[in-house]
Amino acid sequence: MSRIYPDEVAGPYDPPPRSLTDKAGRDIEIRRFEDDMEALVSMYLDFDPEDRAQGIPPTTDEQIREWLDTIVTEAGVNVIAWHDGDAVGHATLVPDFDDNEGTEGLDEFELAIFVLAEYQESGIGSQLITALLGAGRAEEIDRVWLTVERWNHAAVALYEKVGFEPSETGSFELEMGAKLR
Amino acid sequence: MNVLLGIGGSEDSFRALDKTIDRAQEAGDSLTVAILENPDSDPDPDDLAERARTALEDAGLTPDVHVLEGHAGSQLVDFAEREGHELIVLGGGETSPLGKVQLGSIAEFVLLNATVSVTLVR
Repeated sequence: MSRIYPDEVAGPYDPPPRSLTDKAGRDIEIRRFEDDMEALVSMYLDFDPEDRAQGIPPTTDEQIREWLDTIVTEAGVNVIAWHDGDAVGHATLVPDFDDNEGTEGLDEFELAIFVLAEYQESGIGSQLITALLGAGRAEEIDRVWLTVERWNHAAVALYEKVGFEPSETGSFELEMGAKLR
Repeated sequence: MNVLLGIGGSEDSFRALDKTIDRAQEAGDSLTVAILENPDSDPDPDDLAERARTALEDAGLTPDVHVLEGHAGSQLVDFAEREGHELIVLGGGETSPLGKVQLGSIAEFVLLNATVSVTLVR
């Protein structure tokens, strides 16, 4: 199954770090992941189960750690939004391996973004995702894809705004792709 | 219960085969396996049918296996209704590199169209 990507490059966007003041007046820092695993675990323990999508993030401490170990790796790209020393948002690019050795197919990365409920709709999500795409481009990643629940209009609108186009139209999940370079 | 399992050759369909056989043995279900044309996977339907027959026989169940041609979801729903099955079982989707559940196209069609209960095996 081959994915379809737009002809136009998304952005290009500036990589992190970034500083911003969100719509609620909070000072937010966006930085690449650096040994911040415990902060991420805390963030996901606070994550509203209502905001889960397609089975992630998991809910228990153990499952969260196991899941983070598979997505926060050297081969991927991870960006965190911080407020007052706490992680409040996380965006990730995870390599889509074609083989079990994890060496083939590194040019396509799956994207996901998570923002704690009280920090949503405050402008953090679009800064976080564009910072992630900027970091991905800096890492010479060419193509990024994602799936989103079709009814999640807010998320679909965000992805379209930053340069994703629908690439496959299943009935429940929409697949979208973006080209970074 | 009179159960119909649809498999199309994806990884999740093989997991569903194993788990549904285990369940049929425990519950004394009558199990029929339908081999489907899955546009997202390659295995040859005859090989799949052979694999299903062997698995059923090894478990001491009757190897009741049918190959359905054409559009998988609609053929499976139609077969279940025609043959009086009370439950359709399917693989519950694969997970993406990020761990997102991705439901297959067959499961989506069956969920929206079946008039009998549907079980997705995770």
